[in-house]
Amino acid sequence: MSHPGRTRSDSTRYSQMTKDERRASLRLLGSLLKPYTWQLVGVSLIVVLTQLMTVAGPAIIAWGIDHGLPALQDGNPVPAIVASAAHIIAAISAGGLMYVFVRWNMTIGQNMLFRLRKRLFLHTQHLDMTFHETYASGRTVARQTTDMDALAQLLNSGLDIMVGSVLQMVFTMVLIVTMDVPSGLVMAGLLVPATMLTVWFQKRSSVIYRQIRTNAARLIAHFVETVTGIRAVKSYRRQRANGARYEQLAEDHRQASLRSVQLFGIYQPMLRWLSTITIAAVLMVGGFRVLGDQLQVGVLVALVLYARRFFQPIDEIANFYNTFQSAVAALEKISGLMAERPAVTDPEIPVELPSVDGEIVFDNVAFRYTPQLPVALHPTSLHVPAGQTVAIVGSTGAGKSTIAKLLARFYDVTQGAITLDGVNLKDISRDTLTDNIVMVTQESYLFSGSVANNIALGNPDASRAEIIAAAEAIGARDFVERLPEGFDTDVRARGGRMSAGQRQLISFARAFLANPNVLILDEATSSLDAPTEAVVQQGLEELLGRRTSFIIAHRLSTVMIADRVLVVEGGQIIEDGAPGQLIAAGGQFSQLYHAWQDSLAE
Amino acid sequence: MVDAMARLWRIIAPIRLRLYLGILVTVGASVVGLMVPQVLEALVNKLDTSPTAATVWIAGGVVIALGLIEAVLLWLRRVFAIGPSTNIERQMRVRFYNLILEMPVAFFNDWGSGQLLSRAQQDVSQIRRWIAFGMIMLVSSAATVLVGSYMMARSSWLLAGTFLVVIIPIVLLTYRFQQDFSVLTRRSQDLNGEISTTVEQSVQGIRVLKAFGRARYALSNFDVSARALRDNEVRKATTTARFDMFILALPETALGICLLLGLFQVNSGAMNVGQLASFFATTTLVVGPTRMLGSLFGQAVNTTTALERYFEVMDSTNTIVSPDNPVPVDVEHATGELVMDDVRFRYHDAPADQPDLLRGVNLHIRPGETMALVGVTGNGKSTLLQLIPRIFDITSGQITIDGVSVHDMHLDDVRRLTAFAFEDTTLFSSSVRDNVLLGVDPKLPEAVQEEIAWEALSAADAGFVAELVDGIDTPIGEQGFSLSGGQRQRLALARAIAARPALLLLDDPLSALDTKTEERVVGQLRAVLDNTTTLIIAHRSSTVALADRVALLDDGQIVAVDTHQQLLRTSQRYRYLMATPARGGSEVNI
Repeated sequence: MSHPGRTRSDSTRYSQMTKDERRASLRLLGSLLKPYTWQLVGVSLIVVLTQLMTVAGPAIIAWGIDHGLPALQDGNPVPAIVASAAHIIAAISAGGLMYVFVRWNMTIGQNMLFRLRKRLFLHTQHLDMTFHETYASGRTVARQTTDMDALAQLLNSGLDIMVGSVLQMVFTMVLIVTMDVPSGLVMAGLLVPATMLTVWFQKRSSVIYRQIRTNAARLIAHFVETVTGIRAVKSYRRQRANGARYEQLAEDHRQASLRSVQLFGIYQPMLRWLSTITIAAVLMVGGFRVLGDQLQVGVLVALVLYARRFFQPIDEIANFYNTFQSAVAALEKISGLMAERPAVTDPEIPVELPSVDGEIVFDNVAFRYTPQLPVALHPTSLHVPAGQTVAIVGSTGAGKSTIAKLLARFYDVTQGAITLDGVNLKDISRDTLTDNIVMVTQESYLFSGSVANNIALGNPDASRAEIIAAAEAIGARDFVERLPEGFDTDVRARGGRMSAGQRQLISFARAFLANPNVLILDEATSSLDAPTEAVVQQGLEELLGRRTSFIIAHRLSTVMIADRVLVVEGGQIIEDGAPGQLIAAGGQFSQLYHAWQDSLAE
Repeated sequence: MVDAMARLWRIIAPIRLRLYLGILVTVGASVVGLMVPQVLEALVNKLDTSPTAATVWIAGGVVIALGLIEAVLLWLRRVFAIGPSTNIERQMRVRFYNLILEMPVAFFNDWGSGQLLSRAQQDVSQIRRWIAFGMIMLVSSAATVLVGSYMMARSSWLLAGTFLVVIIPIVLLTYRFQQDFSVLTRRSQDLNGEISTTVEQSVQGIRVLKAFGRARYALSNFDVSARALRDNEVRKATTTARFDMFILALPETALGICLLLGLFQVNSGAMNVGQLASFFATTTLVVGPTRMLGSLFGQAVNTTTALERYFEVMDSTNTIVSPDNPVPVDVEHATGELVMDDVRFRYHDAPADQPDLLRGVNLHIRPGETMALVGVTGNGKSTLLQLIPRIFDITSGQITIDGVSVHDMHLDDVRRLTAFAFEDTTLFSSSVRDNVLLGVDPKLPEAVQEEIAWEALSAADAGFVAELVDGIDTPIGEQGFSLSGGQRQRLALARAIAARPALLLLDDPLSALDTKTEERVVGQLRAVLDNTTTLIIAHRSSTVALADRVALLDDGQIVAVDTHQQLLRTSQRYRYLMATPARGGSEVNI
């Protein structure tokens, strides 16, 4: 189903990001940080202390040379010992503090990610079907995987190193200025070309990195496609053509990496040279000041040591910026998903349903998927007494599935009300509703895990015996037990692969185990082959039992077991009655029935 | 380890000279860098004894010049080593790909696409990093540490010795850290994979989860993986934190000790202030390479593993190959007559106690005949079909096309004689046209190809192609237009028809179609199948109706071959398969 107007590509989303959306992503960030406010304050203190201890080293050496040495020459070893001890203490505390900082900081970050992951997962689960059918599943998955990875990457690739690096540069600068103002000015002056170089590098590299990622993705996609489609590759003799294509992609990939190497090849030596020029400048400025007796030799040594360290963090900052940008983009996308609100919500004060008979009433119900789309169900009133089996037939797009989905409250009715035992579906909590009304669809999706676990989805509290009994009741036990590991076979593993019909049997077992009062089967028998269907037919009658059931089916054999048939056409019920009655009446259903009879006689 | 590295050494033979040059300039850059502290020493001593402005100017100038030389040498390293190494990387990757494409399908089932991909991508990249970076840096880091130690020792043996004793453990620490960290990283990758799977399924299976109200249940499964990932990441952080702690504290502690010793040595006259200064400046240049050494030992180990994983695949032997002297085949005029004689087959990884999947299959399809193959799900019908173009090789017996054993023909010829429409319809990321013309000779004139494509599309009732955005040029597959299962199946069918084979092999080609579409396709197909020898797997009676005769595969053998009507009369098993006796199973489209 496609609803125009809601599908925007990610890239346009990003460029059209409004102020509101930006604010939303900041709000999300705020809500993530809030529980950790005090811890974050603590971590910040630690990182400041760590860097102070790290930066102190050369200053202590300078003091040792300028004050410790003369004192020593005067026969007083105390200042020299103090300098050395101070240096060692600073070193050990810097190490210890670093340990606390890295670990604590990462723990906070990972806890934040963990909470966000769960929030996002549950949020996605609670969004309504209109959302899920319009927002491509790939994008919903990307929000929870690729975008979460971008945030994790930010933490991993050293938010901690980054903060440390910036602080280190600031503290070094401050120390240099306090020791010797002219040297400080020289270094600050050289920071200008270094920054320009780094900004240039960062801009270029982010373009090249993107290219590398795109090329690598293409290379990988081609590889996977060839390997998974190897039988077609072989039977159509595509080896050589595919080989040529792969070589081309590998060459593109090589070219892109080569460009990044060349860029690094310019940036890294240039930065290194700037750092050496800084040393030279400090040597000269400091040297002249030593000549003029304005500076002591020890301080000069410290200045050289600082100059060596000064530019070290700058390329880390450049690399960090790329990660940072993609993390910001990811956060914005995630907050966009978090901003989606489900249209189908739980009632604030749900009505309790102590015991349910399964009487369903459609009271003047009408529905359209979106205001732009035509009416899917015209005003319809219908009374289904508890325990009745109702078959719904009609051509594709006639509105059969719409009725089923409204009953399962995948969507809310646009007009009127659907009631279960006289209570509006909208007034029943989701949990109570799914305890009582269960829909089995055509696709019969299986989750990775054992067959038993997949059946247990119908009732997670069921015992092993109950699971096997459910499979037995609908006629699935035999084939399951023939699987390599019986009920413990992993449905995604080799040997666990099942035909569409077998998957549908598992779905039936699920529904049987859930034991709802109202059961909806939406094309749930479509993939069964003839022998399987014979087995299921019996299980189906067992499954339907005394419950209220709605069956949407192609097969007349399935339809014929119903108490009542509804023929739907153009969003309206045009025939309604017992199968025999409708056949006798000579309407559309009767024509179908006779066509079927003829085909059997052939 | 030695073995794998020796093979790598042979692979890089063409670029060895450039690697030597790379090593040379890198060592050169380190030595030049180590000269800077020597200038500091000279300047400090001159300032102490005979201070002149000229000394300061000269010192500054020399440092700038040294810096420039160092920068140029660093740039040359990339020029020499990195470009050629990317060539090796591409070459290793392409060889790998070309080799596996020739391997039999069983090989792919055994390895799995994930394993093959990680070898072609991650492992080859790891090898490239080792060639371009690891090997060179190993030599140059060792050189830096040695030359640096010598420079430090020139200042003072005592100081140099003390410093080295304290920082040498860093080599071991870094090595250990890298190994621990890469184990944890791999674990994180696995957990991330688990999380992706859970998320994907929670979105794709949303209808089931909603229908049963199992959002919380799904979350509890997700919670397990997400928690494990968080814990593993915290463990990673702890490992990093411990490493960072030592890396930060050890050299600085050593310097603290050296400061005291140094001051006493200067006091006693064993060294001068300039030497003390250059000692400190040199230490900052030695710590980095010391750390690098440890990490490079780790990289060497990881590269060996990567090489072994790469060669493990490259050393596989191919079991399905063309014979040395293939029998020439006239593909153009072949009739496609197929004879299977006592064909037996078992999958090589089938458990020993399981009987062969096919146990003496005998089948004869006459030229031009359409034969349907019928049997219960999972009894080997698809496998039987795949034995013909040698997707798998038979265990014993013989398969001939036009009287020639498929084992005596060139593989290309076997596959030119046949065209296959698989049950799982693999389409490639390309245009509809490319996909349909996959088996067509690309040397044919374009107009002819175009005609073939449209004919095949119409035979497969794939007229919807004309209504796609770009018609027959619409891109499909991973990054292209997404098609429904039924549409994909019809394109796969069109692809097989377009190849105009002597023998057409169709594996349940209409299974994903609704009854109305199926009816139309059956109508169109009849004309095509009339003059092509065809073996078609069928589940529905409507598909069977296409066939001249039907072969019933049961219990590993062909138990009956006859017309549909005749089999309905004579075979109870066949009646059971085709329709439920009690109620009838045919579908009616409403």
